Amino acid sequence: MIGALRRGLSLLAGDSQADRAVPPTGFTANLTVFTAGAMAFLAVFALALSLAAGRLADRWGEELARTSTLRISAPAEQMAAQTAAAIRLLETTPGVAAARALTADEQRDLLEPWFGPGLPIESLPVPQLIEIIEVDDGFDPTGLRARLQAEVPGAVLDDHTRWREPLIEAAGRLRFLGGVCIVLIALATAAMISLAAQAALSANAQVIRVLRLVGARDAYIARAFVRRFTLRALTGAAVGTVAGMVAILLLPRADVAGGFLTGLGFQGWAWLLPFVIPPLAAVVAFAATRSAALRCLKEQS
Amino acid sequence: MIELRNVAYSYGGAELFSDLSLSLTPGSFHFLTGPSGAGKTTLLKLCYGELTATSGDVLLFGEDKRQMTRDGVAMARRRIGVVHQDCQFLDHLPVAENIALPMTAAGRQSEVGDDLNDLMAWVGLTNQAAQLPPQLSGGERQRAALARAVITSPDVIIADEPTGNVDWEMSQRLLTLLVELNKMGKAVLIATHDLNLIRAAKAQVQARVLRLRNRKLQAAGADL
Repeated sequence: MIGALRRGLSLLAGDSQADRAVPPTGFTANLTVFTAGAMAFLAVFALALSLAAGRLADRWGEELARTSTLRISAPAEQMAAQTAAAIRLLETTPGVAAARALTADEQRDLLEPWFGPGLPIESLPVPQLIEIIEVDDGFDPTGLRARLQAEVPGAVLDDHTRWREPLIEAAGRLRFLGGVCIVLIALATAAMISLAAQAALSANAQVIRVLRLVGARDAYIARAFVRRFTLRALTGAAVGTVAGMVAILLLPRADVAGGFLTGLGFQGWAWLLPFVIPPLAAVVAFAATRSAALRCLKEQS
Repeated sequence: MIELRNVAYSYGGAELFSDLSLSLTPGSFHFLTGPSGAGKTTLLKLCYGELTATSGDVLLFGEDKRQMTRDGVAMARRRIGVVHQDCQFLDHLPVAENIALPMTAAGRQSEVGDDLNDLMAWVGLTNQAAQLPPQLSGGERQRAALARAVITSPDVIIADEPTGNVDWEMSQRLLTLLVELNKMGKAVLIATHDLNLIRAAKAQVQARVLRLRNRKLQAAGADL
């Protein structure tokens, strides 16, 4: 580990003589910096997407796993009695931490997105909802359903399993896709930098020939290109990462606008994660350029 | 140090020469002459490993060129100083850095110091040290190329028309440098059309003159 770190630092410190032997090439330099910057910018968003999807999956998983809903549909005159019976039954059910009937205002709020504000809920045959908070181990839904059928015939238990699992699976897939995006971005960066390095090597064929004639080894020649492209990728990725983080920071706040997309971002220590992108881009550039350089040098001989 | 045994070389289906043997031993001094297009430059390239013989063996410091790794060839070239006909400079580097290039490529840049200044003074390029190669005249380029070829004090010096663009006085000066190095045990091989240079050298060292003609390498006549 320490050896690798030393090698990395010596690469960045570089061999100024080897570096000078190859003339600066403006086009490939700009192309590499731009590519690394753009890819880093996209990588920040892919990382944010992946983390946000992870948080969403965790939140849905935690919240929905600990709660269930009991829906009581009964004639208006029996509603209160059945609700009270259901509450009593739930209070004696193992695995139920708490149970309470939602107030009319709470039920109105739930329906508001579909019916608009000021819904006269009292005059409508709306079922009564009971929120059930579970202990960590949860309750036995099959047993509870059997008891409810016997004592509160109008009650329907929804333990959220039906729609919780697809949601968590979707969030998990989204997190996976975020990871795939980061890998694809890394591969695309490697491909672009390889092409730029090959262009630079081809443009400097005469320089390489002269260096060979005076006894320079392939590693010496490659080092000049590798160091240059690694530093360019590091610089471009650093700029792209900072730009990406600023863009994420400027997104509307989740608690103000609501919704998933506005929750795209980093929280707490996760703000440090994007700083991994520039060194990662440098490592990708190092590997891509070294591979391209050694291959080209062999082909040019 | 460098040995060619029954070497043949073909290019584009045409055989440039065949069954050619040559041995550059420590302290040897060879001139290579012959008409234009006879293959002198090609023969030199075989000697410093830029080309590979079609058949026969080329030994660089005892190793068969065909069996050598790329790094092995690079290490062998560090022991061979070459003056190319077209000089082969890095045009973006100043003359001084071009001359020191074999040292820096070998990781010996810390050893480049007074020797470089002395060498540049010897070839009369002190005032051109900071100039770029394209700013030099033909003669200055050849002098710089010779300085680069000898800066590492190589075991073998190979020069392709090293005095083609320099005046008589400077050619004598360059010849003196090569003769002094030869007396130190370095092998020297020079391809040239300059008969005066050959005669001047023969007056100072035991030089062997070879003529590349009709695809064969022959000893030159007594007039040389």
